[in-house]
Amino acid sequence: MPDETRIVITGVGLAAPNGNNLAEFRQNLLAGKAGIERLETHYMGEVVAGVCHFDPLKYQKKKELRRGTRAGSIAIYCAQEAIADSKVDFARVDKSRIGVYLGITEHGTVETENEIYNIKQYDYDVRFWSHHHNPRVVANNPAGEVTLNMGITGPHYTLGAACAAGNIGLIQGLQCLLLGEVDLALAGGVSESIGSFGIFAGFKSEGALATHADPQKACRPFDKDRNGVVVSEGGCIYVLERLSDTLKREAKIYGEIVGYAINSDAFDFILPHPQRQAECMKLALKKAGISPGDINIINTHGTGTPEGDPVECQAIREVFGNCPDVYINNTKSYIGHTMGAAGALELAGNLPSFEDHIVHPTINVDHLDPECALNNLVINQPKKVDNINYILNNSFGMLGINSVVIVKRFEK
Amino acid sequence: MTKEKIKSLILEIIAEIVPDEDLSHLKSDVRIRDQIELDSMDFLDIIMELRKRYGIEVPEDDYMELATLDSAVAYLEPRMSRL
Repeated sequence: MPDETRIVITGVGLAAPNGNNLAEFRQNLLAGKAGIERLETHYMGEVVAGVCHFDPLKYQKKKELRRGTRAGSIAIYCAQEAIADSKVDFARVDKSRIGVYLGITEHGTVETENEIYNIKQYDYDVRFWSHHHNPRVVANNPAGEVTLNMGITGPHYTLGAACAAGNIGLIQGLQCLLLGEVDLALAGGVSESIGSFGIFAGFKSEGALATHADPQKACRPFDKDRNGVVVSEGGCIYVLERLSDTLKREAKIYGEIVGYAINSDAFDFILPHPQRQAECMKLALKKAGISPGDINIINTHGTGTPEGDPVECQAIREVFGNCPDVYINNTKSYIGHTMGAAGALELAGNLPSFEDHIVHPTINVDHLDPECALNNLVINQPKKVDNINYILNNSFGMLGINSVVIVKRFEK
Repeated sequence: MTKEKIKSLILEIIAEIVPDEDLSHLKSDVRIRDQIELDSMDFLDIIMELRKRYGIEVPEDDYMELATLDSAVAYLEPRMSRL
């Protein structure tokens, strides 16, 4: 394949509940350190949630913070970190040839709830509704804040795709590079969901909000005692470039995106569909031109809901049932469900495997659910393997949207 | 409420709205927006804070009255006299 049509990852910026950069994040994944804590919310009282602790003032002025959104702030932090990591000479890059493509599960919920909470103190007098509301809630907000902060004049928008969005941000970035629309893509996903009581309350009403006396054990995909989703905030943005461009400078290449797929269940608002998930994985494998047995790590979507996890396991068995060397893990068990960021962030946690040859485990599995007992599910202890060539990353979302990304260890 | 007190309350609001700015050298008789970075959305924040904190409604036609610290104090003094 010509270098112009090979898309590689040359920078990673992330904000996770257990790490403010890839090195820290990876270290905690290998050490089994989760990042879930108690959080006080409007109306809901105390919940468990994944909260990020990066310093927003590293890249923003106080006024920008006051005016913008948390999602915007997370996106700015991640985008700036990704550019710094890529060693791109940003001052000299043509800013009109940079695109910002961010997956979001939702946006505007937090800001709208906050405004209603605010005017409630004034007996719902709308004269107290903020003039900042509309620019905060437009769906492009997080990506737009990145362009304002960094002086990027190329395209920016978000991809609304429920919890499949992180992967879809990446896919969009890749496609725009292939189309020649941009020369550098800042692509990934972000979420500010913990600012919304409604998201917690919605999961609770569905019977799918995780609870546990110890917050660090609340997110437990594949465990018999799993009881729902841990809502988290977070972000992960990659610098994507055409390989031909990266060879002009000495770029560190984290991996090459060789396969991807997006499909729809056409089945249910909430419930997942094993056949469509399996089809999505197969489509991505086909695009990559590889067989199921070539994959070394599957990062599962598994959110820790009683209904969802076995469905994904069924789909994985269908595609990878006869592959003895495919290792399977999960990253939400450490950081909860970072919603729009999940796909991008969880992939990042696995990328260092290309170099250290370690598969981080899924944690909090005290009693493995027999329905989720997949071959080579890496549980509680990291697994050292001989070689990692391909990582497959699953991300699925409500309304039946599935996304899969396959990244290959970089070889010229 | 004294003029000095009103001025300090206005400065308190501005400090919150533009937290990165140094207000110590702000001249009272020069347009605020000529001295610090304060755009139209920030200005609307001042109007909102006056409404929230002191129940003062500044009609759009009067916005020019808040251009300098001196003119703002003069405009707000009768409206804040009972506070």
